[in-house]
Amino acid sequence: MADQPKNPEKHASYLPKEKTSTKPFHDTPMLDQLESGPWPSFVTGLKRIAYENNMMVDLLGQLEHSYKTRLGYWKGGTVSVFGYGGGIIPRFSEVAKMFPESKEFHTLRIQPPAGNHYTTDMLRQLSNSWNKYGSGLIAFHGQTGNIMFIGTTTENTQHFFDEVNEYGWDLGGAGPCVRTGMSCVGAARCEQSCCSEHKIHRLLVNNFLDDMHRPALPYKFKFKVSGCPNDCMNSIQRADMAVIGTWRDDMKVDQKEVKKFVATKGRKYVIDNVVSRCPTNALSLNDDDSLAVDNRNCVRCMHCINVMTKALSPGDDKGVSILIGGKRTLKIGDTMGTVMVPFMKLDTDEDYDKLKEMAETIIDFWAENALEHERCGETIDRIGLVNFLEGIGIDVDPHMISRPRECSYVRMDTWEEEAEKWKQRKTAG
Amino acid sequence: MSQAAAPRFPIESGVPDGFQYMHPLMVKNYGNWKYHERPRPGVLHHVAKSGDEIWTVRVGTQRQLGAYELNMLCDIIDTYGEGYVRFTIRSNMEIMVSDAKKVEPLIKAFTDAGYPVGGTGPSVTMISHTQGWLHCDIPGTDASGVVKAMMDDLYEEFTNERMPNRVHITTSCCQINCGGQGDIAINVQHTKPPKINHDLVANVCERPSVVARCPVAAIRPAIVNGKPSLEVDEKKCICCGACFPPCPPMQINDPDHTKLAIWVGGKHSNARSKPMFHKLVAAGVPNNPPRWPEANAIVKNILRIYKQDAKDWERVGDWIERIGWPRFFELTELPFTKFHVDNWRGGRNSLNASTHIRF
Repeated sequence: MADQPKNPEKHASYLPKEKTSTKPFHDTPMLDQLESGPWPSFVTGLKRIAYENNMMVDLLGQLEHSYKTRLGYWKGGTVSVFGYGGGIIPRFSEVAKMFPESKEFHTLRIQPPAGNHYTTDMLRQLSNSWNKYGSGLIAFHGQTGNIMFIGTTTENTQHFFDEVNEYGWDLGGAGPCVRTGMSCVGAARCEQSCCSEHKIHRLLVNNFLDDMHRPALPYKFKFKVSGCPNDCMNSIQRADMAVIGTWRDDMKVDQKEVKKFVATKGRKYVIDNVVSRCPTNALSLNDDDSLAVDNRNCVRCMHCINVMTKALSPGDDKGVSILIGGKRTLKIGDTMGTVMVPFMKLDTDEDYDKLKEMAETIIDFWAENALEHERCGETIDRIGLVNFLEGIGIDVDPHMISRPRECSYVRMDTWEEEAEKWKQRKTAG
Repeated sequence: MSQAAAPRFPIESGVPDGFQYMHPLMVKNYGNWKYHERPRPGVLHHVAKSGDEIWTVRVGTQRQLGAYELNMLCDIIDTYGEGYVRFTIRSNMEIMVSDAKKVEPLIKAFTDAGYPVGGTGPSVTMISHTQGWLHCDIPGTDASGVVKAMMDDLYEEFTNERMPNRVHITTSCCQINCGGQGDIAINVQHTKPPKINHDLVANVCERPSVVARCPVAAIRPAIVNGKPSLEVDEKKCICCGACFPPCPPMQINDPDHTKLAIWVGGKHSNARSKPMFHKLVAAGVPNNPPRWPEANAIVKNILRIYKQDAKDWERVGDWIERIGWPRFFELTELPFTKFHVDNWRGGRNSLNASTHIRF
């Protein structure tokens, strides 16, 4: 890499002066068509690597073969590092005879720091390690949230892991295990953050490292943490356990800033884009251009706060909502998480312990009761929310539903008992 | 065993602490930010309660970065930024600086290097990305190539903020759909049952697990040519491909019959409406590398109409809820078919049981 240009404007046309890889390039007429156009080209990137690396020469050949035949040619297998059972995505080529140099092309899933923060020094260090033991190609990040180090042999998997593990990096999950978590930038740079996403992410995932590194659960289990209901981590739809920051006191209104906003944008804009967009009609623009908020009916959707970032903000009594059971399509179709805890404080160590214990209880109950390859949301679907709640010891709560049941075909001869429980909880609470 | 041969035990350190890599102003003002604004597309300006200010430049990447790209991008960040960077969930880089004066030179350096600055606010941000033919074991199509082809066409929408609201596009190369929900999703849709290599099933597949994997119970154990294998009731089969990962001899991918389908109106955020799943709008779209022009044309057409017809702050799903699905199909000129009707007992709540009809 000694001859790389110092001036970034030369970057797009840059190719190494000398080809040090010994294998000649395959013809790649289809991939070549992805080198034009304004968006950065991954094909040009692969070619730069191939100038120095025979594995990438054949990888480009296999990829072109896929483009031509419209089929994939990787199969899985079993590769892991000493002491762990997962975290590597093994790939063996089914067309290794044609492309022998990339016959093994494994990926290591490495957990990023909470919030995906890096220094350039650390990025260079990781890149250098991967250049030494792998193809040099890194994806930031995979859909689960891992840094994916793409393309190495079985042997070098161990060497690379040993090297980066020594300076602070650990494998993520692959297979039926607790998976790598995700958290938004949150409190580090966002005024809408209602919790310490960073702390929750590390607390939850690091409590389950044994369940991550030695896959023995029914299927995958994902934690995702978003600092506010904008849910930038897509946690409701993609996490078995979604932890989302929220608040329960009144949202904050800086009336001076409201008036400034109205003066700049106009009353029509504010009425059309703020007031009338409130899903529960909880906003009203007063005659003096201040904003009235019906906080009892605010559902913390974030819309008005997103629009009027200076004037409006979340309240002070912050905490989290917890939803369980989100996942993508396989096998029963997509599910969203269901509210399990409408609100809990996360201030003291005891609060955080409670969160950790809740995760343990949920994973234990699911692991005991799920069918093979059944996600937590599918278990809830199969046994019903009420049974699931009994299993994890959480009381039923009207925040868990959009509406009560509509079908009368249900046996209710323990009604009095259940109503009594509700009354007692109300008295106790 | 000699010392040298002893295996090294892993350090189970788990999720690294992000504070060690975080911009010092972000550490200092953690949990104490006041507000933000967007001075121009691709730039965020956050102000802390302490009065500290930080500027973020958001840069689109190809996600798959080689050593050359990484070092080159790091050189730019070291020369024009302050050495700190983070990645968004959609593979955009965010470079934080403490001085407004550093923003323009940073933008210029990235733009000169061929890396677009944008993806903030009401723009089409980077497409959420899977692995595809590059690395997945079950893909029906590529991922990086689809994304590259589409982002070439949507480049101007990434670098500008001229959509009604943000647009999140996703792609998925099999029907597990790991690309996720999106305002617009381009997903593989298989149209024929798996082709079974009966010679291999007994040795490669754990048959009971494969039977259990089928969402519609269309797979059963069978003896074929004297060997234990599996058979598929092709009338029941929904061609989802769920059997293919646990049983590679049940090949679901096909150069002609693996198609693409387009879904719209998914949304993760709780803003305004509750989170929504995307809905089917078009299928039978050819899986046509290297630039997938047919899928691209449909996506661009939907975006063009959304841009014209939606009100400010309406996501694609919000917009269609307001104008109604008949109008959506009318405006986009996409055919409405029996396949758009969710035709099972649980799908009843998607039927119109009212006289709410727009004329």
